[in-house]
Amino acid sequence: MCDTCGCNITHGNENLIRQGGRLARTESGKEAVTVLHSLLHENDHTAKHNREHFDRHHVLAINLMSSPGSGKTSLLESTIGLLADGLRIAVIEGDLETENDAERIRKQGVKAIQITTGSACHLDAHMIHQALHNLDLNDLDIVFIENVGNLVCPASFDLGQHLNVTLLSVPEGDDKPAKYPVMFRCADLVLISKCDLLPVLDDFHPDKARTYLHDIASSAPVIELSAKSKAGMPAWLDWINQQLEVCRKQFKQHPAPSAHKHRHEHDEDNARV
Amino acid sequence: MHELAVCQSLMNQVETIASERDATCVTLIILGIGPLSGVESALLKNAFTIARAGTSAAEAELIIEQLPIRVKCNQCGSESTATPNKLTCKQCGDWRTTLLSGDELLLMSVELEKASEKRSTPESDITTLNSGLH
Repeated sequence: MCDTCGCNITHGNENLIRQGGRLARTESGKEAVTVLHSLLHENDHTAKHNREHFDRHHVLAINLMSSPGSGKTSLLESTIGLLADGLRIAVIEGDLETENDAERIRKQGVKAIQITTGSACHLDAHMIHQALHNLDLNDLDIVFIENVGNLVCPASFDLGQHLNVTLLSVPEGDDKPAKYPVMFRCADLVLISKCDLLPVLDDFHPDKARTYLHDIASSAPVIELSAKSKAGMPAWLDWINQQLEVCRKQFKQHPAPSAHKHRHEHDEDNARV
Repeated sequence: MHELAVCQSLMNQVETIASERDATCVTLIILGIGPLSGVESALLKNAFTIARAGTSAAEAELIIEQLPIRVKCNQCGSESTATPNKLTCKQCGDWRTTLLSGDELLLMSVELEKASEKRSTPESDITTLNSGLH
C-alpha cells in the first residue's frame, strides 16, 4: 500500500490501473476526474492517526482476528495472567452486543474497553479512535484489540494496529486459510488454538494448515497452543516479547511525529470503560 | 457484509469531489477492485443502489473494473497469474511470491456534470487529484 494516500497502487499494478483509459470515457459537457484513492481512504486516514498515537507512546498494538468461538478471549485471559509481570496491558473488545468479554478481561486485573458495534460485522479505525480516548497510553506497553469474531470483514479495515494475529481453532478445520485467503494473508502470526482437542479431532492436521498458508504465499509463523492446557503458550509469549523489542527499537530509530492539536468531535461514543 | 460500509465511504469521497468542483451531479463512478481486496463486486453494486440515494450521485452509473491477480516469484523471478487461494509460482511452484496486483480497492475516477459547462465545452478536462485532497 502506498504511504502517501493509502491507495494500493504499486509498480506491479500501475500500468493496469492507469491504462484504464478504455473506461475513462467522457462526454461533452462533463468532466472526468481521475482520483486513484483507496475506497477506504477515510478509515485508512484515521488508522494512520491511531498508529501515530500508539507510536508516540511506544505502545505495541496487536489486532486479534478469528471466527467467533475460536478462543480469542480465553487466549487473552491466559496471556494476561502469564505476561502481566512488569508489562502494562489493556484490551479493546469488539462485539455486536454485551459487555461479557470486557468483564472477563477486567477480572484479570487489566483495563478493558468494550465496543459494541450493534449490527456492524467488524471494528473500524474510527471506533478504535473513540476507544483510545478512554485509555491513557502513557501507562501502557501493549494494547490488544479483540476484533469482532468474523473471518471476512475485519480483514479489510486497518485499525492502526502494528500486527495482526489470526486464530484458527482445531474444531474449525485445517482448510480455513484456503477458504478465507484474504483474512489469513494479512496475518503476521497464525495461532492454531484449542490444540488440546487435537487427539479427539484427529481430522485436523496442523501440517495441512501450514500447506494451505503457503498456498496463499503467507510466510507468517504458526504456533500451536492451548489456552486451557497452556501448551504452546511460552512460544506465543516469546513472540509477543520479540515484537515488543522490535517495535521499541523502531520507535527509537523513527520517532513518531510530535503530538498535534486536533479536535475530537464525536456524535456518539459507543465505547464503554 | 461490509460492502455497505465500503460504499458509504465511497459516497463520502464522491460527494467531496463533486462539491469541491461545483458539480451539479455525478454521472459515472469507476472503481478498480481485485479479488483479494475482500470486497465482492456484486454486493458492492447492490449496496450502491442504497448508498447513492439522496446524494449528488443518485443517478450515477457504477462501473467496476475487475483487476487480475498476478504474482512475482521471489525465487525464479517469473511473473504469473494466480487465484485467491493459490498464489504460488506457476513456473517453479515455490510459495514465496510477491503480489503484483489483485488486492486493489480503488476509486479510479468520477465523471461530473457541471451546470456552467453543460453543452458548452467541446472536450472534457481530466485532472489528477493528488493526496493533498484530504
